[in-house]
Amino acid sequence: MFVHLTREEEDALDEKQGTAISTAYKILLAIGKATNAEKLIPVEWVHLSGVNYNTIGDAGVNFLTEYSQEARFLVPTTINPMGYDSHKQNNLSSNFKKQQGQITNAYEKMGSVPSFSCIPYELFQLPDRGHNVSFAESNAAVMANSIFGLHTNKESSLSALASAITGKAPYSDLRINSIRDPKIKIKIEKELKTELDYGILGYFSGNSVKESCVSFGHQISSIDMYKTKALAAALGTSGACGMFSSKEVYDESISYGKEEEKSIVNELNTTDSGDVIALGSPQLGMYELELVSNMIGGNKFSKKCMIFCPRPIYEKSCKSGIAQRLENAGASIICDACTCLSPLLSREEYDSVITNSVKAAHYLNKSNGVSVCLTDIKSIIRNYTK
Amino acid sequence: MDYSLNCKVIVGGRAKGRILSTKQPINFLSSVDHLTGLITDKNHELCGEFLKDNLLIFPYAVGSSVGAYSIFALKCNGVSPSGIICTLKTDITTASGCAIANIPLLELSKDQEIPEIENFSEGTVDGISGILQIKKV
Repeated sequence: MFVHLTREEEDALDEKQGTAISTAYKILLAIGKATNAEKLIPVEWVHLSGVNYNTIGDAGVNFLTEYSQEARFLVPTTINPMGYDSHKQNNLSSNFKKQQGQITNAYEKMGSVPSFSCIPYELFQLPDRGHNVSFAESNAAVMANSIFGLHTNKESSLSALASAITGKAPYSDLRINSIRDPKIKIKIEKELKTELDYGILGYFSGNSVKESCVSFGHQISSIDMYKTKALAAALGTSGACGMFSSKEVYDESISYGKEEEKSIVNELNTTDSGDVIALGSPQLGMYELELVSNMIGGNKFSKKCMIFCPRPIYEKSCKSGIAQRLENAGASIICDACTCLSPLLSREEYDSVITNSVKAAHYLNKSNGVSVCLTDIKSIIRNYTK
Repeated sequence: MDYSLNCKVIVGGRAKGRILSTKQPINFLSSVDHLTGLITDKNHELCGEFLKDNLLIFPYAVGSSVGAYSIFALKCNGVSPSGIICTLKTDITTASGCAIANIPLLELSKDQEIPEIENFSEGTVDGISGILQIKKV
């Protein structure tokens, strides 16, 4: 099957609108071939990953610096967290800050909204259901498809970048209605209570399913936002799946019970306690800050605690007094960054981290090389505040 | 026995190298060291292997969207696979990463009998005609 390009798209591919646009079309064409797209379609909003220097490294810095000389975004484009909170002191090297600055400058030059958030769906007004967007950042793509009814594939940093430049994406996979109908179900055979239970289910499912959409049946149709985010983030971390659904599937199913849960916990929970508590991967929203603050009551953290949230959420929580309550309990609220792959949680600083995020646990263990005590938020508050 | 397999060409070009084959998906961000090309994930069956100059044969990439930059970084650091073949489906991360890094990328056609691909044999990729040739050493 061939991707049908319009005359104008062919011209753009042939560098008639410059090399930056041609590069973007080259990426879209490769993805189009890979996913059997018949054409390109417009997207209304792009969310980019690949902002944190810790993840894209010098190769990414050099590419973006050069690319941003010419490239400009055609559609509204928001961006993922960077490495740290520039309003707060830290021990990061001057090289890290310099390279991180190069990246944020390049995105700004191309025209991005400086959102520095992995939960754009909690910050910006969403297009109507059924509209096409292009979300890199796996938790945002899964949330957009599964909860908000937007259509996006599980984009990569570079596919979303190409969509930001051209305003287009290949019409394939989860952009096609029939593929959004799940063909496989995870049969849940254990009780799910905490957000961590949902995270572990998500991680198992990503590992087990090769399809783009998975059903969990009716059991997940009425869970709250905190648990939904945990599920979406973990699903996006371990797999290629970009959507979950509560629609019943009767043909094919995979069982998820105590044993399956145990094997995931054994992989990700690598220590019994930790030096620091990290909350927020994905970043916490307003509702979650309030939830944590209410759980703490008047107590104080007995360990260092870092809470990651977007800056607009932090500012709102300052107005309502929630930020002060968390800070009085000893928490440090960090904006523009996220637990996941932040250099603030490096091996040089910490041996082990306590978190309730399965996504964070994956990257802390495998990328940061830090041990993880994986436990739910209620237990964290019970065990580490007094 | 030597054999050749038909493939769909996603990113064109020619490549050769030692076969590095796995049935497990790969998260390019968290499982591979971008400076050395070493597969570092203890839970992956290729843990301890280097990608450099090999033909990587794997089902598809999983996890982080930033994996596309990871593939590009491997190429910039001179430690990338010489060619990549997806056996189940070509995911967006691998396709976009290879497109920017100019790494030949093929997908095995489903309409043929696919033999068990063994590691350490020699292979060549023809990203023009879409043929993967494997020679047993």
